[in-house]
Amino acid sequence: MTKIVKTTANILFPFTMIFGLYVIAHGHLTPGGGFQGGAIVASGCALLLVAYGSPWVFDHIKDKRLATFESLGAIGFITIGLLGLIFGAVFFGNFLAGSGSLFGTTPATGSTLADFNTGGVLPLMNFAVGVKVIAGLFVIILVMAYASSIKEWS
Amino acid sequence: MEKRTVAGALAFSIVVVFFLFSIFLLHPFGKPGQVQMDDYIITHTQNETGTNNGVTSVVFDYRGFDTLGEATILFSAVAGVLLLFRRVRH
Amino acid sequence: MIEYIPFIAVVAMIIIGLYTVVFRRNLIKIVIGISIIESGVNLFLIILGYRDGGVAPIFTSLPPGTSFPEGMVLPVPQALTLTSIVIGVAVLALMLSLVMHIYRKYGTLDVQKIRRLKE
Repeated sequence: MTKIVKTTANILFPFTMIFGLYVIAHGHLTPGGGFQGGAIVASGCALLLVAYGSPWVFDHIKDKRLATFESLGAIGFITIGLLGLIFGAVFFGNFLAGSGSLFGTTPATGSTLADFNTGGVLPLMNFAVGVKVIAGLFVIILVMAYASSIKEWS
Repeated sequence: MEKRTVAGALAFSIVVVFFLFSIFLLHPFGKPGQVQMDDYIITHTQNETGTNNGVTSVVFDYRGFDTLGEATILFSAVAGVLLLFRRVRH
Repeated sequence: MIEYIPFIAVVAMIIIGLYTVVFRRNLIKIVIGISIIESGVNLFLIILGYRDGGVAPIFTSLPPGTSFPEGMVLPVPQALTLTSIVIGVAVLALMLSLVMHIYRKYGTLDVQKIRRLKE
């Protein structure tokens, strides 16, 4: 694309990243979570794809590495569920809530201010699902854009 | 060809009439009927899961198996797209 | 009658999508119709869980004077809608990939011509 589009994408890309990561990290306090923040970060990567073209991005980012990140997010999510089976009582049990350790503070009932150290395993699950959604959506967009840009494939 | 169009139009109009009559059997907008489960979740989400966000506590804690199946669907969709375009990636 | 208008909107969206799926012959338009049906179902789930004057079920800095079992919308339909949106994105990506392959193989997107060109 033209220089104007590339400059605008260069300016907007870090802000989109920061906003998406903020939505992922504060998923247990404000509206948002892993899926929504992952979609925001993936849309920032799609902006990069629009500005620089898919062959350039495909040369710099390996899709196998993105697929590895996607699998790592899924493995982390299931591992947290199995840890709930070991330390708590059931699969997906929230064994960190109310324990007083990491993410273990219980908030007061009713309207409270945002305390980041609450939520039990929910921030960790948000992070795992966020990594999964970022890598999954970006590899889908990248492979489809690259396949529609080249001439010969079967 | 003609017969197919007539049969499609007939089935489509039957579905339309079914939908239009069935919406008046629902509860009115803004007054949900059975709210015991949701009231329990809203009341207990802060001292059971320690989370301020009720929707996140439902997604990841009360109904975690739904999210597990959803993650499986996303994984299989990514695997399917990568499998369909495996010739273009070298 | 006035309180059923959101449900009528849902029925209108589902009928528009169903008409597109049944009577159009272009594969891209069929995919768009399926997407419209998904949007209608998401809207249906959301308006099933709405309570009059309710706020979102999030306790961080509530508006003052909110009574919280009755003054909040139901959280379970919202969580199911969140699930449904991500599934919709995944299915849409898979459908568009298949449509791209069909176009490369047959050179057309008309479903009846594709059926005739079967080898």
